Amino acid sequence: MELVKVGMSGTMESSDINIIIGPSEAGVIEIDLQSSVEKQFGRQIRKVIEDVLKKHGVTSATVKAVDKGAIDYVIKARTEAALYRAADRTDYIWEE
Amino acid sequence: MVKNGVGREIPEFIEGYGKVKPYVSPFNMVPTGNKGGAKLKRPLPHKTKLIESIEEAIKATGLKDGMTISFHHHFRNGDYIVNMVVDTIARLGIKDIRIAASSLTTCHAPLIDHIKNGVITRIETSGLRDPLGTAISQGILPRPVVIRSHGGRARAIESGELKIDVAFLGVPACDEYGNANGYSGKSACGSLGYAMVDAKYADQVVLITDNLVEYPCLPASINQTQVDYVVQVEAIGDPKGIVSGAIKGTKNPREILIAENAVKAILASGYFKEGFSYQTGAAGSSLAVTSILREHMIEQNIKGSFGLGGITSQLVQLLEEGLFKGLFDTQSFDLVAAESIGRNPNHFEIDASFYANPHNAGPAVNKLDIVMLGALEVDTEFNVNVITGSDGVISQASGGHSDTAAGAKMSVILAPLIRSRIPIVVDKVTTVVTPGETVDVLVTDYGIAVNPLRTDLIENFKKANLPLYTINELQQMAEKLTGKPDPIEFTDKIVGVVEYRDGTVIDVIRQAK
Repeated sequence: MELVKVGMSGTMESSDINIIIGPSEAGVIEIDLQSSVEKQFGRQIRKVIEDVLKKHGVTSATVKAVDKGAIDYVIKARTEAALYRAADRTDYIWEE
Repeated sequence: MVKNGVGREIPEFIEGYGKVKPYVSPFNMVPTGNKGGAKLKRPLPHKTKLIESIEEAIKATGLKDGMTISFHHHFRNGDYIVNMVVDTIARLGIKDIRIAASSLTTCHAPLIDHIKNGVITRIETSGLRDPLGTAISQGILPRPVVIRSHGGRARAIESGELKIDVAFLGVPACDEYGNANGYSGKSACGSLGYAMVDAKYADQVVLITDNLVEYPCLPASINQTQVDYVVQVEAIGDPKGIVSGAIKGTKNPREILIAENAVKAILASGYFKEGFSYQTGAAGSSLAVTSILREHMIEQNIKGSFGLGGITSQLVQLLEEGLFKGLFDTQSFDLVAAESIGRNPNHFEIDASFYANPHNAGPAVNKLDIVMLGALEVDTEFNVNVITGSDGVISQASGGHSDTAAGAKMSVILAPLIRSRIPIVVDKVTTVVTPGETVDVLVTDYGIAVNPLRTDLIENFKKANLPLYTINELQQMAEKLTGKPDPIEFTDKIVGVVEYRDGTVIDVIRQAK
């Protein structure tokens, strides 16, 4: 998936995560994460975001995430939504 | 290191705290000796106690380096007293002061600077909140903070273990000779229950008021036989931070669900009958429990004996409707409760010792049937943490949690299974404040768990078809949703000592990395 612009999803509400994904020339996935549960789940949140990007073949991107204690399912969904928006695509695969 | 009664490894000696008495079990400690007390005095007749300023009062008490001063927390986050007094002490160049407050909160952030400049070197309190709690967790205080429950603090003061040199007590109404109460004036807070203990036992007592009334100020919760100086100031607190209006019921569906589960548990427990007694906090779900319970009391024509604690407008309503015979009040949670205490003779102001001191001849908690409590974490041994967040940082308060849990026939913890990805039901709580042995029921939004020690309650709840799980099942359910949290890292440095109500050490808090 090729990133063409900045895509955003999610809110700043408790138990949600706000994710902004943008294209990058750096050749790596840079994640800037602020989380209310950084100490306990920071590692896991970064992994979920990175896994989603890699699954869609993205290897270079900037990600800004503000997490208020979202569980993995929410992080995955928000990351995918932001990614599709950043790639300007709507051909979602609903069942997998 | 010794393993105490809740399985925590505790050093036998803690630098800056002293020799440790490890916690054994809830009623193991049998005290010896007599109560401590204030200094004897010789006041000459017809002299006023009014003194011009806080500075003059501090000078008059002869406060010196190394002494202990005390404060109450009836003004909650609206308190001006602590900062006014400590700022003045700093200006006078006095150092190495121990603060023994009934609790400290967000508005006490300026103490951080006074710790850094050596004015404050020791703190003893029920609670700490950000940013002071965070700073202390990071290790800025030279000696560990001592965390005590409300009953534990009263015990420590009465027994002479915690000797207060000077108590600085803000009072909403006061005369020039030291009679004071909490239910009139612009800074009304209701009960002065925590302050009453300090007034009785501190060597010297300074009252600070923004509402000097004509002598005699009656009824007097703190009286002239206890008070040395009276200072009048512009304002002792911000009324908006002191009390809210009547606390409103929750509309949060999860809190209501927890409350409904809790009421089912109360109804099935066998304790809901004529003459029952009850305590609850002011959190959303506990308030909802009281209002649902009220309907059942009316419907089944059941009248209670007394309501205890932190009194809210809801309990005042139950009193005025004749559904409870009396209220014991150490702390009034809203304006309705604050006014009621001056109006209703059966809304009775009690001090923190009467409330919960395990070593007087009969605290109110000993007569309690049912108590609703909160939790930051509960573990599979039913131990409860109400002081440190799951990130290991001191952020809340011990309060009357362990006191009421020990006294009540049935202690009920109300908590969501998870809170913004933090599992509330865990393997091991970060810090033990209340031992599992005194915790009977955990009510969550996903179901109810009963302490296996309480086979009688398990039997009753089964008969009533309540959604029962084992605590391990609830813990696994929580972890399935959140994933397994990475362990919190601490250094070896002890930044806090958590005393059980009897003065033994139930846990220590280490410096958060």
